[in-house]
Amino acid sequence: MGNRGLIFGAGLSAVFVLLAAVSFVWTPYQIETFDIAEKLQAPNGTHWLGTDHFGRDILSMIMLGARTSIAVAIVAVGIGIALGVPLGLWAAARKGSLLDEVIMRGNDLIFAFPSLVIAILITAIFGPSAVNAIIAIGIFNIPVFARLTRGAALSLWERDFILSARVCGKSALRISWEHILPNILNLLIVQGTIQFSLGILAEAALSYVGLGAQPPTASWGRMLADAQTLASLYPHVALVPGVTIVLAVLGLNLLGDALRDRLDPRLRGRQT
Amino acid sequence: MIRFALRRLISLTLSLIVASIVIFAVIEIIPGDPAAFMLGVNARPDTVAALREELGLTASAPARYLAWVTGMLTGDFGTSYTYKTPVAGMIADRIWVSFPLAIYALILSTLIAFPAGIYAAARRGRLGDVSVMAATQLGVAVPNFWFAMIIVSIFSLKLGWFNAIGFPGWDAGFWPAIKALTLPAIALALPQAAILARVMRSSLLDMLNEDFMRTARAKGLSRRQALWRHAVRNAMIPVLTILGLQFAFLLAGGIIIEQVFYLPGLGRLIFQSIQARDLIVVESVVMLLVFTVIVVNFAVDIAYAAVDPRLRGRR
Repeated sequence: MGNRGLIFGAGLSAVFVLLAAVSFVWTPYQIETFDIAEKLQAPNGTHWLGTDHFGRDILSMIMLGARTSIAVAIVAVGIGIALGVPLGLWAAARKGSLLDEVIMRGNDLIFAFPSLVIAILITAIFGPSAVNAIIAIGIFNIPVFARLTRGAALSLWERDFILSARVCGKSALRISWEHILPNILNLLIVQGTIQFSLGILAEAALSYVGLGAQPPTASWGRMLADAQTLASLYPHVALVPGVTIVLAVLGLNLLGDALRDRLDPRLRGRQT
Repeated sequence: MIRFALRRLISLTLSLIVASIVIFAVIEIIPGDPAAFMLGVNARPDTVAALREELGLTASAPARYLAWVTGMLTGDFGTSYTYKTPVAGMIADRIWVSFPLAIYALILSTLIAFPAGIYAAARRGRLGDVSVMAATQLGVAVPNFWFAMIIVSIFSLKLGWFNAIGFPGWDAGFWPAIKALTLPAIALALPQAAILARVMRSSLLDMLNEDFMRTARAKGLSRRQALWRHAVRNAMIPVLTILGLQFAFLLAGGIIIEQVFYLPGLGRLIFQSIQARDLIVVESVVMLLVFTVIVVNFAVDIAYAAVDPRLRGRR
């Protein structure tokens, strides 16, 4: 299971990264121009995945949408790691102090705001855009990484090699950077993969309700919003973006699971 | 136990206070004056000033915050800028769509996930387990709003079993209302059921290796009896937490599903209010959602500690 999961997951993920990368230099058609005469074609020889209600080529939109999804997810995970990991390390280094308490209660507080609610608040202030979607998903990622980091770091602080580093007179900051961080990197990579796939789902959902990427930026969620009223007559306009999201998320999840099995020998043979 | 509950209660109150300050502050920094927005660009300055006075916008920020919070505590959520009706009434109408939907979805999710998770754990490593796990992988990856569109196409438009959109209201009777919420609830429940089934399975697998399971077998219980009497009950603890968290997700996720089905719930209210710059409504609905999440998590914590004394010392 482990190996097949890794190959399948990594393969699917690679396909989407490739689609996004290729879209920078080439897409089958231009999506900025509408070609109403060509509208709502089912998949065929000239338009492999068909066309939408404006006659735009769906494959081209999927490729450009991959770019949006990946960009949003990468930056959102980046925000979560950049802020969450240092906070978690800091809280663990000062375990039981007021600072630890404040950081952890702050995390609990953010957890009480579902990412959708954060997005709604941000949109209410700044108006809808892909950037605001990124911020909303990113904020939600901060406590995820902070908690994970603190938990893992706490158990490391009990270990003998940390004690010897302390005896050598290293500061908490240096210990966190030189000894704790490298030891929890595996965990962060695995969690990063999972948050990445959640980010793709969240971006699609926000764009679907109009809080994410705005036209003309292509987004899988927006494609589904456009497809809603057409889905029963022209199934491909709803099926193609939907199946794309499922495959992208599935690939990343399988990759995350396989990486976890591989990087953490204790979990080998167990599925969670 | 009482001390634990009190400590959690204090932390709950603090969370609510901080959350309300955050929400108020966020809404506060929104550019644009609701009074000017309501009256349009051609309004005379003195009319705008009069309306600002009427809406209570002239008071200082801390004073308005206090008025908002004390109002909410007494059930007065203020008056909607656009509809000129009490916000409490508007929310009360919508709650009767959103909360039943979330609870319905929670029940469905539990009904699917428990048997699936227990079945998979009992048949660990065999075909049944592998199939359930594959199904959950797929379930986690499916966006619920897309799944909603698909089941509407099939069950409403093709087969005609359900209305595609809308909600007749509870006045139309219990069953018609439940019927209208069924497809939305299924769409909401399925991805959550996949997560829950995985948690149920792994939690149960942990239990199967415990010494007390061997003892249960040794005293003459069959595998099945030991599983149901000892493992399942112990495995419920982590499952309960996830269940508590899921209620929050279902409530928030409902905001999106309500858009697919045009259900008159809190989600539609919040989107309409954002467009109309009806900030007092946005503020109150967001506070209500956050309040629910915090209180549900508090309830789960207390329920836990009541079941398992070991957890009382920990946070």
